[in-house]
Formats: sequence, C-alpha cells, structure tokens
Amino acid sequence: MAKRIRRLGVLFAALAMLLVVSGCGKSVADSDALARAKRTDKIVWGVKADTRLFGLMNTKTGQIQGFEVDMAKALTKQILGKNGKAELTQITSDTRVPMLKAGNVDAVIGTMTITPERLKQLNFSKSYFSAGQSLLVAKDSKIKSVKDLKKGTSVIGVQGSNSVDNIKKAAPDTRVLQLSDYSQAFTALKSHQGDALTTDNGILYGMSQQDPRYVVVGGTFTKEPYGIAMNKGQTNLTNAMNQALDTLQKNGTYERLLKKWFSDVPGFDVQEVQP
Amino acid sequence: MINILTNNFGTLISGLGYTLLSSIIALVASLIIGTVFALLEISHKKWVRVIGKAYVEFIRNIPLLVITMAFYVIVPQFVMQMDGFTAGTIGLTIYTSAFIAETVRAGIQAVPAGQMEGARSNGLSYTQAMVHIVFPQAIKIVVPSLGNQFINLVKNSSILAFVAGFDLMYQGKIIAATTFNTFDTYLVVGVLYLVVTMPMSYAMRYLEKHWSRA
Repeated sequence: MAKRIRRLGVLFAALAMLLVVSGCGKSVADSDALARAKRTDKIVWGVKADTRLFGLMNTKTGQIQGFEVDMAKALTKQILGKNGKAELTQITSDTRVPMLKAGNVDAVIGTMTITPERLKQLNFSKSYFSAGQSLLVAKDSKIKSVKDLKKGTSVIGVQGSNSVDNIKKAAPDTRVLQLSDYSQAFTALKSHQGDALTTDNGILYGMSQQDPRYVVVGGTFTKEPYGIAMNKGQTNLTNAMNQALDTLQKNGTYERLLKKWFSDVPGFDVQEVQP
Repeated sequence: MINILTNNFGTLISGLGYTLLSSIIALVASLIIGTVFALLEISHKKWVRVIGKAYVEFIRNIPLLVITMAFYVIVPQFVMQMDGFTAGTIGLTIYTSAFIAETVRAGIQAVPAGQMEGARSNGLSYTQAMVHIVFPQAIKIVVPSLGNQFINLVKNSSILAFVAGFDLMYQGKIIAATTFNTFDTYLVVGVLYLVVTMPMSYAMRYLEKHWSRA
C-alpha cells in the first residue's frame, strides 16, 4: 500500500512539473526583442528552407536562399545598421508559431499570411507580398479550377497553413489531406495521393518551375497578404520593421529583390504582388 | 487544457479510432509475419536461415519513417494506388515484425533443447513438436518483451501523422497548428495515448503473472 502511494506521489510530482514548465518559459519571448537585437547586433529570423523562390536550402552550399531571406538581410541592415547580422533559423509552417512563442526566433518571415485569428496571438508587420491561394495540378488533369473539386476528389495541403481552412470553405465536398511540409506535399501529389495541391500561388509557381509537368490553374481564389510575424507585445520591433519596410520600398531595394527572384517565373505579375 | 479536449473532442476521438484500428491491424499482422520469420531464422536449412536473418537485419536497421515513405511515395508511383492510412499501417507492420521475429526466435531458443528432442523421439514430426510442445512454452517466455513491442507499436503508429493517415497525432498536429496552443494539445494527445497503452501494459503484466504460475 505504502509503495502504491509513493508511486502515485511520483506520478503527481511529474504532472506538477509539467504544469510548472507550461506556466513559465515566457520570459524570453516577453523581453523587448528590439533592445536585445541592438545590444547583440543581430536579429534571429525564422525563414523557410523548403519553399522555392522564398526560402530554399541550397544543398550544395548549405545556405538558405530566396526572396524572403534577402528581405530579412536587408531589413536587418536597415534596422541595426551596417554591422547588423541576420541569423537565419529554419522553420516550417508547423513550427513557426511555437518557435516564436518559445523565443527561439525574434521574427518570422516565412510565407505567413496575416489573418485576424493570428493577429490575436501575434504581432504582424505591414504586408510585404500580396499572394493568393491557387491550385497546382498535373498537366493532363481534369481539374481546371476550384469548382471542379467535387465529391470524390482530394486535395493536398500543408499542416498549420490557413490554405487548408480556405479550401474547406471554397470546396466543401473535397477531402483534404494535410502533410507536414511543401516538399512532402508536392511528393504526395506526384505519388497520386491527391488530385490537386493547394497553397499560395507564389509557392505553387516555384513548384511548377521545378517540375513543368505540373501547372497552376484557375487563378487565385483568396487574398493572402504575407507579413512578418513577431510575438504579441513586441511593439518596438514591429514599428522598426514597418519603418524599415517603408524605406526599402522607397529606395527601390524591395522592387529590385522582387525582380531578382520572380521576373523569370512564367505568368507571374510583379505589379500584382506588391502591397 | 480542458478547452482543447472539449472543443476538439470529436476530432480527437476519431483520431484515436484510426490509431487503434491501425495498431490492431499492425499488431495481428506483425505477430504473424514476425513468427514466420522467427521460424525461418531457426530452420535447419542454411539458405532459409539466411532469408530470415536478412529480412530481420534489413528491416530493423532502417527508420520506420523511411519504410513508411517508401509505401506512401514509391509504391503509388510504380505499383498501385495506396492512401496514407494503408501505407502507414503496412510500414508499421513490417517494421514491428522484424522486432517480433527477433523476440520470438529468442523465446524458441530459450526452450531447452530436450523438449524438442523428447517430442521427436516420441514420434512427433518437427512441425508437430514445434506447434504443440516448443511454441507454447516459447510464447510464455517472451510475453514480457512482446508486451514491450506492442506498446512501442501503438506509439509508433504516430507515423501515420506524416502521411496524412488521420490518426491521433495527425489530428493533434492540426489542432496545435490552428489553436497555436502547442503545449496543451500535445499534453492531451499524450494522455490519450496513455489511455490506450496503460491498460495494455497492465494486461501484459497480468498475462505474465498468470502464465508463469501455470
């Protein structure tokens, strides 16, 4: 009996410790990120490493490259001056919010749409890219637009991205399969696990550029303004980001970076995506 | 934490259902396949032993994720259509069967050689001796380690989450992503896994006691 009570005690102690852990851990995320960035001369960015054109790991050099990576570097220089360093941390749609909340990254620039729901939990900068959700299908597919997604079809999306909620509204009869990142989702499409892949057009164009057997169809059916996400309450950092974004747009850096990455993508309108 | 459970009760229970279904299928199938390969491993013919050994060594030394992705990605491209649930359950079955084969083999070899010799000298064939004399004793010996494998199997079924298999972990990941409440969600998911694995653990312990007395 005494043994059993002691065992229960251990169990409760473990549970209590879990609760304590869940209660604290906010200190890093709550301290002023801008002040810390200025002190250490670096901003820790969460960037995508699986998304062509925006942030993709170059497997030869081990560097992450893309429009958002260049933007992160330019913004860092704008906020911290010439010596400012942009430290890049890989995130996925799945991990970006937990990483921010835990204070592992100061800001996330990772194809993240500004939504009212997210604004309750996070701070967002002004939009730096106006995307829209679209469909990627095989060239000979019968699906030409979101209207063709009837009962019996299935669509592949990525966990943690709001494109999944949008497709459920736009095509309520289709079955949605959620995979953990874009490369896996694209692989699943190639393996005939679904009839179409849905997410923001910028990402889909990147996939189409990589494998021309797949094409973007039907135009966009949502508006998806991408913003830089920061922790709730990081007002100083948010203001600094907005100012830096304004400056980059005025001095032409922004447009130069857009053209650098998107000008050779088939069917991509540079004017359309500028906020 | 209670909110996560009450707001998503239906989703989580359906996830738990898929986890249980996948686990039960994989448990039965891997027990059968594992036993077959265990018998191959202790065969008297060398080439049969080599087949058994090769299967076990190959399968148990590659990650479960790789096996599952092979069925999810490669098989549909070249062989046949296969959804995430099927691919995950097959991957889980094959992976677990290698460990069960090793466990059962060890059990059979732990039965004293005199049992087989005695049975054979009393006129039983090799198969009869194996089925009626050696195997029942071996199973009793391996119950504790088989229990371990089964508990691991239930937890490993979370592999379905990576191939959109609609299981508990898949639903948990989606709830975490939509509510942004990662910690509480995974706490709830962890407790739901416990609801399945704890009774299994106790059942195995009961069997162990019950059979060791007989």
